[in-house]
Amino acid sequence: MAAEKMALAKAINESLRRALESDPKVLIMGEDVGKLGGVFRVTDGLQKDFGEDRVIDTPLAESGIVGTAIGLALRGYRPVVEIQFDGFVFPAYDQIVTQLAKMHARSLGKVKMPVVIRIPYGGGIGAVEHHSESPEALFAHVAGLKVVSPSNAADAYWMMQQAIQSDDPVIYFEPKRRYWDKAEVDREAIPGPLHAARVVREGTDLTLAAYGPMVKLCQEVADAAAEEGRSLEVVDLRSISPVDFDTIQASVEKTRRLVVVHEAPVFLGSGAEIAARITERCFYHLEAPVLRVGGYHAPYPPARLEEEYLPDLDRVLDAVDRSLAY
Amino acid sequence: MTESTAARKPRRSAGSKAAGTTGTKAAGTTGTKAGTDAKRTTGTKRTTSTTRTAAKKGSETELVQLLTPEGERVGTAANSAYAEYASYVADITPDELRGLYRDMVLTRRFDAEATALQRQGELGLWASLLGQEAAQIGSGRATREDDYVFPTYREHGVAWCRGVDPTNLLGMFRGVNNGGWDPNSNNFHLYTIVIGSQALHATGYAMGVAKDGADSGVIAYFGDGASSQGDVSEAFNFAAVYNAPVVFFCQNNQWAISESNEKQTRVPLYQRAQGFGFPGVRVDGNDVLASLAVTRWALDRARRGEGPALIEAYTYRMGAHTTSDDPSRYRHDDERAAWEAKDPILRLRRFLESANHADEGFFAELEAESEALGKRVREVVRAMPDPDRFAIFEHAYADGHALVDEERAQFAAYQASFADAEGV
Repeated sequence: MAAEKMALAKAINESLRRALESDPKVLIMGEDVGKLGGVFRVTDGLQKDFGEDRVIDTPLAESGIVGTAIGLALRGYRPVVEIQFDGFVFPAYDQIVTQLAKMHARSLGKVKMPVVIRIPYGGGIGAVEHHSESPEALFAHVAGLKVVSPSNAADAYWMMQQAIQSDDPVIYFEPKRRYWDKAEVDREAIPGPLHAARVVREGTDLTLAAYGPMVKLCQEVADAAAEEGRSLEVVDLRSISPVDFDTIQASVEKTRRLVVVHEAPVFLGSGAEIAARITERCFYHLEAPVLRVGGYHAPYPPARLEEEYLPDLDRVLDAVDRSLAY
Repeated sequence: MTESTAARKPRRSAGSKAAGTTGTKAAGTTGTKAGTDAKRTTGTKRTTSTTRTAAKKGSETELVQLLTPEGERVGTAANSAYAEYASYVADITPDELRGLYRDMVLTRRFDAEATALQRQGELGLWASLLGQEAAQIGSGRATREDDYVFPTYREHGVAWCRGVDPTNLLGMFRGVNNGGWDPNSNNFHLYTIVIGSQALHATGYAMGVAKDGADSGVIAYFGDGASSQGDVSEAFNFAAVYNAPVVFFCQNNQWAISESNEKQTRVPLYQRAQGFGFPGVRVDGNDVLASLAVTRWALDRARRGEGPALIEAYTYRMGAHTTSDDPSRYRHDDERAAWEAKDPILRLRRFLESANHADEGFFAELEAESEALGKRVREVVRAMPDPDRFAIFEHAYADGHALVDEERAQFAAYQASFADAEGV
């Protein structure tokens, strides 16, 4: 039985297990990833089966985790690093931006940096400050990094396999509020390219582009819109650096309207780049300006307010209405 | 690459290291002293130092020195506080001593040539190592071929010891690349400009060495300014927790651009090690023998699985921070003059002469070799071409990136548009 229904967190766990089995150079590093299995249990059972030498509980220091992962990569290892929560990545930001991202170019291609940095991200789980943020644009802006975010268990499984096999550093954003969502995972499937977007629902009137936790929301929006007689296409971007603009362009040339949805603040978010480039590529096809739905230019709010801050069904539908009104 | 004497690296013969060290304690970590007893077999044994009371007096008394500024070999007696370290160079031959001298002279000559090339506009910037030759040559010559070195941007002498062609160091200072050598050819990593970052890379690399079951050592260079960086403290802690075979080699050259030691630390830097659980030792960084001995000691214990050590090489940056810096704004000439009397090259020359280890012919030949090196560096730098403009995009990613491909194509079309306009 190659295919099995499993939660997204379990799919990542299974993918990590497969990588540890197939390549002795793969290491897992992070805070609480060992006995505890990570605060979200994504690495559950791995230390027990692969030992403390390969599934490494680290001191509580993110720069140290990423900095030593770089050194291990220089020695020929392929570290998969866990940052416990999105808001805790910043002590490592210096190592990621100044070293991890630039080492390959600095060495004129002599040094590869096959490091994966897993970051559970996004809100909607009622957490305290620093536990609900979406900092993906801060990484996508940095040349040398690749940035991806799966939206479902099958992608989570295969994109992790591909991220670990990549000779470039990959920031792998995990939609933490979808950790427990189940989907069919086929371990013998032949996955598409890591950085290709996918049309997950076909439609004719408007394109919704999203990634990670917002893909499910956009599919719900499409369902709701369908009840009102509107046919929405949903594109799961999957990759934020690079963005698969060709797939978005093809969709927008068909639907002539685009709304980009992410939890991250709209201002200078990935939606801004997509809006600019799609406007340039599809100027004569567009019937409306590209609209964006996302977080506000304010610190992520306390949990009791996060429903107001995060894009939801009504806010996306409102943007759909505004686009269709042009 | 002809000048480097990597192949002539002095190697301590087996079995000599512990000679005459019975019952002695080496100067080093004050307070509890971890792992400085030659007889101990683990890195965690703590003994009370017989030199501790004296060490309290001040930092100068804690300096491991095997060659005085006057060129006199000291610390070799069995009852010396530094006997354990001294044992690591006890069997050094006159040929090896001349080799160290040659390394320092040629490194200084190369450094002077690079400074001159900056003044002539051939380099955009140069970070001179003037004054730090002994710390770099001593420690660099302590490394084995399979060891791995993580430098800052001033380790020109260490690069020399590793066999990196010195002209390769100049590409980044000329602005034709950001690192012009293959780190794995000489196990000498690229220069790291962000202060202290490489301490973590060295630690991670050393963790990998241990996982591989290899007995290589790793050495991380940094300065007194870097000691303030969180990454350096995190590296100390990771190295200690994982017992990684890494030597932290801090060249305390007294100045972090314009900021003196007092702005970086309230304790002597080598004492930081104690709080992390590994030994720290301050060595006379202008003494090539002591630098060699102490680094051999530290690498040796790392190879034996005894974990990290911190070496603080007490030295002085005789020149400016870089060619863009103006030290007259923040320090007095008399300070520099005092350090001139401790010059690392002069003291070894005095010793070589007084011990009759080198004759006039040796010094004359070396002078000619120095000038030849300067000439070659000059010629290579002046002939160094600008990179192709498409190098901008060349190595941004290992596996390619759609946006880079798109922008490279746009850039090419833009460039080509000028050719069209000119009817080429």
